[in-house]
Amino acid sequence: MAHKASAIVMAGNGTNCEVESAHACKTAGFQKVDIVTVWELLDGEYSLDNYDFLVLPGGFLDGDDLGSAKAQANRLLHTSVKKTGQPVLDQFKHFISEHKLVLGICNGFQLLVKLGLVPALEGKYMEQQATLTFNDSGRFEDRWVDLQVNRQSNCVFTKDVESLYLPVRHGEGKFVASDKSVIDTLKAGNQIVLNYVDPDTNEPTQKYPYNPNGSQSAIAGVCDPTGRIFGLMPHPEAYLHRTNHPRWTREKLPEEGAGVILFRNALEYLTSR
Amino acid sequence: MPERIYVGMKPHHRDAIGERVRNRIVNDLGIGLISSVRTAAIYTLNGAFAMSELTSLAEGPFSDPIIHDFSINSSFSKTFDWMIEVGFRPGVTDNVGRTAKEAVAVLLKKDLPEDFSVHTGTQYFLEGNATRAQVERVARELLANELIQTVRVFSQNEWLEQDTASFPAPVVTDTHEIEPYREVNLNVSDDDLARISKENVLVLSLAEMKAIQAYYQDAERIRIRSEQKLPANPTNIELEILAQTWSEHCKHKIFNAKITYRETGRDPQSISSLFKVYIKKATEKVREAKGDGDYCLSVFVDNAGVVRFNDEWAVVFKAETHNSPSALDPYGGALTGIVGVNRDPFGTGLGSRLIANTDVFCFASPFHKEALPPRILHPKRVLEGVREGVEHGGNKSGIPTVNGTIVFDERFLGKPLVYCGTLGIMPLEINNRKGYEKKANVNDHILMVGGRIGKDGIHGATFSSEPLHEGSPATAVQIGDPITQKRMTDFLLKARDLNLYSAITDNGAGGLSSSVGEMAEDTGGAIVHLDRAPLKYHGLEPWEIFLSEAQERMTVAVSPEKLTQFIELAKEWNVEATDLGEFTDSGHLELYYEGHIIGRLAMEFLHDGLPQMQLEAVWNPPEQKPSGPLRSEDIGQDLLKMLQRLNICSKEYVVRQYDHEVQAGSVVKPLTGVKNDGPSDAAVVRPLLDSFEGLVVSNGIVPRYSDIDTYAMAASAFDEAVRNAVCAGANPDHMAALDNFCWCDPVKTDTNPDGDYKLAQLVRANQALYDMCLHYGIPLVSGKDSMKNDYHIGTTRISIPPTLLVSLVGTIEDVRKAVTMDLKSPENMLYILGTTYRELGASEYALMRDLDESVVPTVRNPKKTFRMYRMLHTAISQGFVRAAHDLSDGGLGVALAEMSFSGELGAQIHLARIPHNECTTDAELLFSESQARMIVEISEEHQSDFESLMNNLPVAQIGKVVKGDRIAATGIDGTEILNISRIEAKNSWKSTLNF
Repeated sequence: MAHKASAIVMAGNGTNCEVESAHACKTAGFQKVDIVTVWELLDGEYSLDNYDFLVLPGGFLDGDDLGSAKAQANRLLHTSVKKTGQPVLDQFKHFISEHKLVLGICNGFQLLVKLGLVPALEGKYMEQQATLTFNDSGRFEDRWVDLQVNRQSNCVFTKDVESLYLPVRHGEGKFVASDKSVIDTLKAGNQIVLNYVDPDTNEPTQKYPYNPNGSQSAIAGVCDPTGRIFGLMPHPEAYLHRTNHPRWTREKLPEEGAGVILFRNALEYLTSR
Repeated sequence: MPERIYVGMKPHHRDAIGERVRNRIVNDLGIGLISSVRTAAIYTLNGAFAMSELTSLAEGPFSDPIIHDFSINSSFSKTFDWMIEVGFRPGVTDNVGRTAKEAVAVLLKKDLPEDFSVHTGTQYFLEGNATRAQVERVARELLANELIQTVRVFSQNEWLEQDTASFPAPVVTDTHEIEPYREVNLNVSDDDLARISKENVLVLSLAEMKAIQAYYQDAERIRIRSEQKLPANPTNIELEILAQTWSEHCKHKIFNAKITYRETGRDPQSISSLFKVYIKKATEKVREAKGDGDYCLSVFVDNAGVVRFNDEWAVVFKAETHNSPSALDPYGGALTGIVGVNRDPFGTGLGSRLIANTDVFCFASPFHKEALPPRILHPKRVLEGVREGVEHGGNKSGIPTVNGTIVFDERFLGKPLVYCGTLGIMPLEINNRKGYEKKANVNDHILMVGGRIGKDGIHGATFSSEPLHEGSPATAVQIGDPITQKRMTDFLLKARDLNLYSAITDNGAGGLSSSVGEMAEDTGGAIVHLDRAPLKYHGLEPWEIFLSEAQERMTVAVSPEKLTQFIELAKEWNVEATDLGEFTDSGHLELYYEGHIIGRLAMEFLHDGLPQMQLEAVWNPPEQKPSGPLRSEDIGQDLLKMLQRLNICSKEYVVRQYDHEVQAGSVVKPLTGVKNDGPSDAAVVRPLLDSFEGLVVSNGIVPRYSDIDTYAMAASAFDEAVRNAVCAGANPDHMAALDNFCWCDPVKTDTNPDGDYKLAQLVRANQALYDMCLHYGIPLVSGKDSMKNDYHIGTTRISIPPTLLVSLVGTIEDVRKAVTMDLKSPENMLYILGTTYRELGASEYALMRDLDESVVPTVRNPKKTFRMYRMLHTAISQGFVRAAHDLSDGGLGVALAEMSFSGELGAQIHLARIPHNECTTDAELLFSESQARMIVEISEEHQSDFESLMNNLPVAQIGKVVKGDRIAATGIDGTEILNISRIEAKNSWKSTLNF
C-alpha cells in the first residue's frame, strides 16, 4: 500500500506553480500525481481522502486581493463540498489526522499560515498564530537566497539537508508572529525549519537582500509540531535541474536540482511509515 | 446606506507600503516635510448589514489578526496631520472589490441582492508640517489618477468631523431607458459626413464615410431593410461596427494603402500595401527557400504566429503595444496591455498554454526637469505605473517575464511605448485536430466567456487610431483583472482538451464586434442577441455592449450538442459563460436586442468594403559623411560615463520585480553572472520539463537611428534581435520574428505637414525588414502597427522617433549548451566577431558628447554576417564558447565592461587587432555601434578549433581574460589608453536607475 503514495497538487483560482510542483513530485518518484483545482475539490469530483501528500503550490490566489491567500482561506473555512454537503475543511482536518504530509510553497505557505495549519503551536490547529505580510522593501522581488536548515527540526521534508539555495518570488513574505513568545516557542520546539542566511557568515540575518523581506528571526520556513506540515517562502520546485541555477554556466553542479530532495524526503517518509 | 470597514497596520507594525509612498514623496516630489505615511484600506459595502456581520467580515477575510486593526464606520486613525482618500470612479474595474464581494457571499452564506457591490480605496495618513497645496500635489501627482480615481484631501479636523457614512458608494447610477438603436442620417453633405465621423469618434475619413453612404443608398438594400423593419439609413450600431472594423487599429489602413514613394533622383515607385509587398512577401519567399524545412505553421491569419517547436509541439508568439491607454493611465494601460496580449496566443488555433512574456518599454527620462505639457504625466510616474501594471499582469498570471529592455528618448514624453509580447505552446494535434487551426461551424453557438461588460474601453480601437488630444475619452482606459483571466484560461484549456469547442478568439480592441465579426467569416454570418450579454451595471446601449473592450473575455464557438457540457463545466470552474447567439451562413451579421433586429450588415461589405487609402511618401536622403578623427581626452572617464547612460545602465530595479522563473523552465535568466546581476542578451527557456529542447527569446530596438535613416534603424533592430539570440545559443536556421512598428503619424495633412517624410521612413523600414528576412532566412510570423504616436495639444506637438521592435523566438537543441555573457576564467581568449566601421551617427557616444556624427550604423554585409552567426552557433553547439555578448548601445567598450564586471574578472585587449574599416582613433574603435558584432570567450584548448570555424570571417583575438579588477586596453599605437576598475565600472552602471 505504502509504496503507492500519491500526491495531489491543489491548483486553480490563481495558483501558477502547479505544473512544476507536480513535476517535482514525479521526479522524486511519486507514481500518482494529480493536479486538481479547488473548483473540482469543492464540486466533489476529487477528494483529499484519496491522496497521501498535499502540495499547495505558489501563485496569486484571488490575486492576493485581500492580502495573500486571505480570500482562499475564507473560502476553505466556510464552503461545503457540493456533492456531499460536507465542509471542505473536514477533508483537510481528516487528512492531517491520518498523519499525511502537507507542503505549502510561497502562496501555499501563506495559505497554511492563514488557515492556522502552521505553526499550530501547542497543537492549536486552525488558529492563526503568525502571518506573512508585505516585504520591508514594499516590493515583489525575484532573487535567489541562501538558506540554512535547522538540523534539530523534526520536519520530514528537510531530513539530512543542511542548506539550500533557492529563489524567492514574492511581495508578501515577511514572517511576523503575533508576539515574541510565539517566536520563542517556535525556536524552542525547533519549528523554525529554514532561515535566510548571510552567505559570508552563514548566520541567520536581517540584512537585505540576504533576508529578502525582513522576516522576524530570518524565518523562511516553519513546520507544525509534528514536522509533517511544512510551509516555506522559497521555491524548491523552481530548482529541479542544474540549468535552473542562476550560475549553472559557470559553476560545477549536480545534474539534479537541490529542490527535489524535499519531495523525495516526503516520499521516503510515506513509504517507510 | 453604505457601510465602511477600514483596515490598517497595528501601530507597532511597520507599514511598508506607507514607507514606500513616503520615500517617493520625498524623492520624486521633493516634499521633505512629510515625516511619516501610514495607510488604511477602505471597504465600502453597498448594502445594509448588521454590526455582527460587519465585525465578522472585518475580523475574517478583510483583516489579518496578527498585524491589522480595523474600524467600522469610524476613522481608522486619529493621529495625523493630513489624510488623502483615493477611490475608484464609478464603473472603473475594482479587482479587490470583486474579490471582497465574493468573500462576503462566502462568509455570510446568504443571498446578496443582485446589485450588491464592494468598493475599495486607500486612505493615506500623513504626518508632517506640509501645506495643503503640497498635500494636494502628493494626492494628484503621486497617489491618484483623476481620470479613473477620485481623490479627497482632509486636514485632521476636517476628516474627524466627517460623517463617513455620508460618502456614497461609487456605483454607476445610470437608470436611463435603453434606446435599442438610433438612426443616423447619412443623406447629408460631405461636410456633415465629416462632422458625423468626428462627433461620434468614428475616426473615418471622408472617402470611407462616402463608401458607407453609397452602401446605404443601394435601392435593393433599402427594400430589404424596409422589409426587416430597419431604417434605410444606418443604425448607430451598424455605423459603430463599421468604424471599429475599419479602424486603423484593426484594418491597418496605412500598411495596406497604395503609396507613391518618391526619392530624389529616382523614378517614383508605386507600392500597393507595405504589408503585402514587404512583410508577407518576405515570409513567403523565406518559406519557399526553406522548402521541406519550412517550420511556419500559421502566419498572419490568426491572433498570433505559430511555428513548429519539435515533432509534437508548436510555439505561438505575439507582441502588441498599449501606448495610448498607458499615456493616460500608466498602470491600467500597461496591465491591460500585458493581459490583453496574453489572450492573443491563448486565442490562437484551439488555444495555447502561455509560457513567457517579453516586454519592452520606451520612456522619456525619469529625471525630466522641465515643465510638462497639459495631460502629460511625469515620465517617472509613467515608468513606475507601467512597471507596476506589467508586474501585476505578468506575475499574477503566472507567466515568467523572461526578457526585455527599456529605451529612453525625450520624445517618448509625447507617448510612451509599451510593447508586451507573449509566447505560448500548443500540441500540434489536439483530439485529432490540428492545434494551430480553428473554424467555427454553421449553427455553433457564440459563447462569451470570462468577465462582464461595462463601458470600459469603448472606442479604444478608434481612439488609438488618432493622436492624443484634449478630448481623448476617459472611457478608453481599462484596468485588467489577471485573476478573472486566469480562472478563464484554466477553464478554457480544460474545455479545449475535452474537445468542447470548435473555435476561439479573444475580445480585445473592438470587443465582441471584432471577435464575432472575425469568427463569422468562417461561416459567413452570425446572429447576436445583445440583451443576453452579462453587464457590470445598467445603462449600456446595445452598440456599447457590442463595442465595449471590457477585458478578460474570450469568444468561443460551441456546437449545439456540446453546449450544456460547456456551460456546466464553466459553472463548476467559477467562470461565467453566456450563450449570445449563433454562427450562420446568411452572409450577414445580424444584431438583435430584446427580440428586435437593430442592425444587419453584409459580411462582404464589412470586411472588404473599405476603400484603399492613397498616400504620398517623400524621402530626402541625409548626407552621411565622416567628420574629422574623433578623439577622447580620457577614454576611461568616457566609458564610466557611458555606463551611466539611461540606455546602457542596469535595469535590475525593474527586472527583479518581475517573476522571471515561474514554470521552472528558466535556463538563461535576464540577470546573470557571479552576483546574478549582469545583463543577459537573450532568454533561454525550457517549456517542457521532461525535455532539454529550449526556446530562445530576444528583442532588437534602436529608435535613435531613425533620426538619420530608418532603413539602418530597422536593419539594426533586426540584426540585434538575431545576434542576441545567437549569443545565447539559438540556432540561426530556426528562428521566427515579429515586427512591431510604432510610428508618428505618416499621413500628410495641414496639421501634419511632414507626414509624407514619415511615410517614406516607414517604407524604408519595411524595405530593410524585407531585405534582412531574406538575407538571414528568417520569416516574420506576426506583427502589429501603431501609427499615431503623436501628442498634439495647443501649439505643442511631440512625435515619437519612428520605432520598430523586432521580437524573435529561436530554438536551441539542448539548453545545456546555452551560453551567458559573464567572463568565466582567467587566461581565456577574447575574440571580436564582425568588422568595426566608423559608425557613430546617433550613437550613445555621439549623443553623450553632443558630436556631429552622421554615419549611422547599419548591417553592411548581411550574407557574410549570417555565415558568421552559423559558425558561432556551431562553435557553441560543440562547447567551444565560454561566454558571448553582443555589441550594441555603446559599442565594444560597454560590452567588454559588462562582461568583466558580471564575471568579476578583468580583461586586457588590444584595439589595434580589431578588424576595422575607416576607423582612425581609439575612441572610434571603442564606441562605434557597428552592427553584427559580438565578443566571445574561448579557452585555450578550443582556440584552434574555433579559429578554423571562423576562417575567412572578420574575427580576431583581441585579448584575454585576466585575474583582478582591471579593464584595460592598448590603443592603435600600442600604448595603454584604458585602465579602469571593473568595480567602479559596475558601480557607475548600477547607479542611475537605483530607485
